[in-house]
Amino acid sequence: MSSIMVSRIRQKQIYQMIASGRRLDGRGLTDYRPIKIEIGLIEKAEGSARVLLGKTEVIAGVKVEIGEPFPDRPNEGVLTVNSEFVPLASPEFEAGPPSEESIELARVVDRGIRESQAIDLEKLCLIPGKKVYVIFIDIYVLNHDGNLIDASALASLAALLNTRVPIHIVENGEVKRGDGYMPLPIKNYPIAITFANISDKLVIDPWLEEEEVMNARLTITFDKDGKICAIQKGGQGALTPKQIMEAALIAKDKSEELRKLVVKY
Amino acid sequence: MTSKIKLIDENGLRVDGRKPNELRPIRMEVGVLSNADGSAYIEQGKSKILAAVYGPREVHPRHLALPDRALLRCRYHMAPFSVEERKSPAPSRREIELSKVIREALEPAIFLEKFPRTSIDIFIEVLQADGGTRCAGITVAALALADAGIPMRDLVVACAAGKVDGVLVLDPNDIEDKEGEADVPVAYMPNLDMISLLQMDGLLTVKEFERALDLAIEGCKQIYKLQKEALKARYLTIKEEVETCLQ
Amino acid sequence: MFYFENRQIVTPGDLLAEGDYIAGNNTYKEGNRIYASRLGLVEYEGRNVQVVALNTVYIPSPRDQVIGKIEDVNINGWTVDINSPYKAILRINEALNKPFRQQKDDLTSFLDVGDLILAKVIAFDRTTDPMLTIREPGLGKITQGQIIRVSPAKIPRIIGRKASMINMLKRETECKITVGQNGIILISGPSPEHERLAIIAIEKIAQEAHTTGLTDRIAEMIRREKGVKL
Repeated sequence: MSSIMVSRIRQKQIYQMIASGRRLDGRGLTDYRPIKIEIGLIEKAEGSARVLLGKTEVIAGVKVEIGEPFPDRPNEGVLTVNSEFVPLASPEFEAGPPSEESIELARVVDRGIRESQAIDLEKLCLIPGKKVYVIFIDIYVLNHDGNLIDASALASLAALLNTRVPIHIVENGEVKRGDGYMPLPIKNYPIAITFANISDKLVIDPWLEEEEVMNARLTITFDKDGKICAIQKGGQGALTPKQIMEAALIAKDKSEELRKLVVKY
Repeated sequence: MTSKIKLIDENGLRVDGRKPNELRPIRMEVGVLSNADGSAYIEQGKSKILAAVYGPREVHPRHLALPDRALLRCRYHMAPFSVEERKSPAPSRREIELSKVIREALEPAIFLEKFPRTSIDIFIEVLQADGGTRCAGITVAALALADAGIPMRDLVVACAAGKVDGVLVLDPNDIEDKEGEADVPVAYMPNLDMISLLQMDGLLTVKEFERALDLAIEGCKQIYKLQKEALKARYLTIKEEVETCLQ
Repeated sequence: MFYFENRQIVTPGDLLAEGDYIAGNNTYKEGNRIYASRLGLVEYEGRNVQVVALNTVYIPSPRDQVIGKIEDVNINGWTVDINSPYKAILRINEALNKPFRQQKDDLTSFLDVGDLILAKVIAFDRTTDPMLTIREPGLGKITQGQIIRVSPAKIPRIIGRKASMINMLKRETECKITVGQNGIILISGPSPEHERLAIIAIEKIAQEAHTTGLTDRIAEMIRREKGVKL
């Protein structure tokens, strides 16, 4: 998209400041905006979390149901990630079927959780091939002020950690609701770190105006052992191999910082 | 999670007999459709993909036109018969995501500012899928763009690297992609040494990722040579025919 | 420093020259390096480095002669399809020689949707649509003949150096051939067979535009076909 929404003067200001190592809101190039995480705010959901990343606001809700497994994975629970860019979150969002950005975001967050095997899906099987727990993560964007991916990934992880699964048992070949709740079997904590490429520099956690003038976007998701489990380049520009490797090293450290905010829950 | 199939045998060869850093056989042809402004076809292993370009042309609907550049649109779509289990013709979420990342892979190469208020539409149809379709799709779309006479900074070429049974491999096929430990598709502009598509799923250390990236770029450079040959091929055959007639 | 031989085929991104040269058609410059931006034949002429593209899109230029098709009529004039991503406008005062009373019927009786015209581009810049005129002698509604479409990149070859190719074609096929810069060519001859011969010849030129000895080869082909068919 052409960047005419940000005025040319503003665009120039952003480029110049970043070229000299600073940002318009006073942050350093590798600083996140203030992050606030609230959990369990939606009682009717099995798990929920709200993340404020600067002014970006995202809620992730987890619903647990009983359903059929995928045919090629009969012993595993099912994970589905969806995202909704609701119209109230931005003048750019319209009601209707999910946009390509919304779909991309859901799939990138899904990849981070799935590839890191954050949820031990094998422990969510009830009757192999027939009945398993189905985990729905629904990401609800409430206010778009940039970097929806990182906010959504954080909210999703916090919601999963907060989830109380209604215990089900198998009796005479049928699944019945048992007693009480159990936490999800979580064994990894993926954290997504997103950069914007502006003025040939990589800035972490771009806010809305920076996203509108950026050349390209790079998201790298790290698991708790410092391994990469997902990468997604976005935007209409290109990056050098050197920039990508620099980003990977910065992201690795940053992911440890951010993980501490979530994992205490 | 360990795979049930052995993906690398005792001789270090892969399920289809390739060495780890070997590409699948590739065949490309340019100018295969008469209606499109530009078109091309690629076979990479068992993947078969067709690309067509219409444009620059008038934008429909009009209100989407950009005042200062061409609007680039891309549709990656898989034919229902392209995979083992029939795929519904309706665009899946995967196709929507791939359409987006493929468009973003080609965009930096095109001189879009030369055609304000127009659209350039790229259509990629996967006729048969056997892994690596987004990369082959980008490679063949770049050929179609060049065939259409759309000015570009460079040809965009794409190739993936993967990790199977602990070994880094080039150009994973479908089984290697599904059963392997990681997949890293990369789109590259060799002239500028820049990467316009980068994704990864799986689990890799930073060092492994760096090696995978290097491997994918090497694959891209090899495929780039084939792209150039494919573009020149049609004209060179005519030139040869004409010149042998003269003798 | 030149990296190719003259008239070699180059692809987008090929490094053509390095040094103090001028970036000509279908190339772009970064620093002191000139790269090809389109598939075509590289031409080094003095300090100018350019690529003769094998296929291009028609972007209108003032003074271009074009053949177009009327697409729409409104109170200001006509919208014309000139085989370009930009639709052209023919205003009433650029079409009629006399003043005009506002009745839509009058306009369509002069030029209606589907009519072909030979026109000239009088103005075009990137912010407005191209403007046409048919008020010069020889321009106006096309009433007979066949039209064919080729890539606009081939037009210079079809005209030839100092019009050598187009004159040979007219002479050998006995057809009146009007060439639009926009890749549309009008052929009008004594019989449909003559016209068909001209069409085949032009299509062959378009296909072999990048080869040498083309004019003679085409002339020979036409004479051969004439002997057989006419």
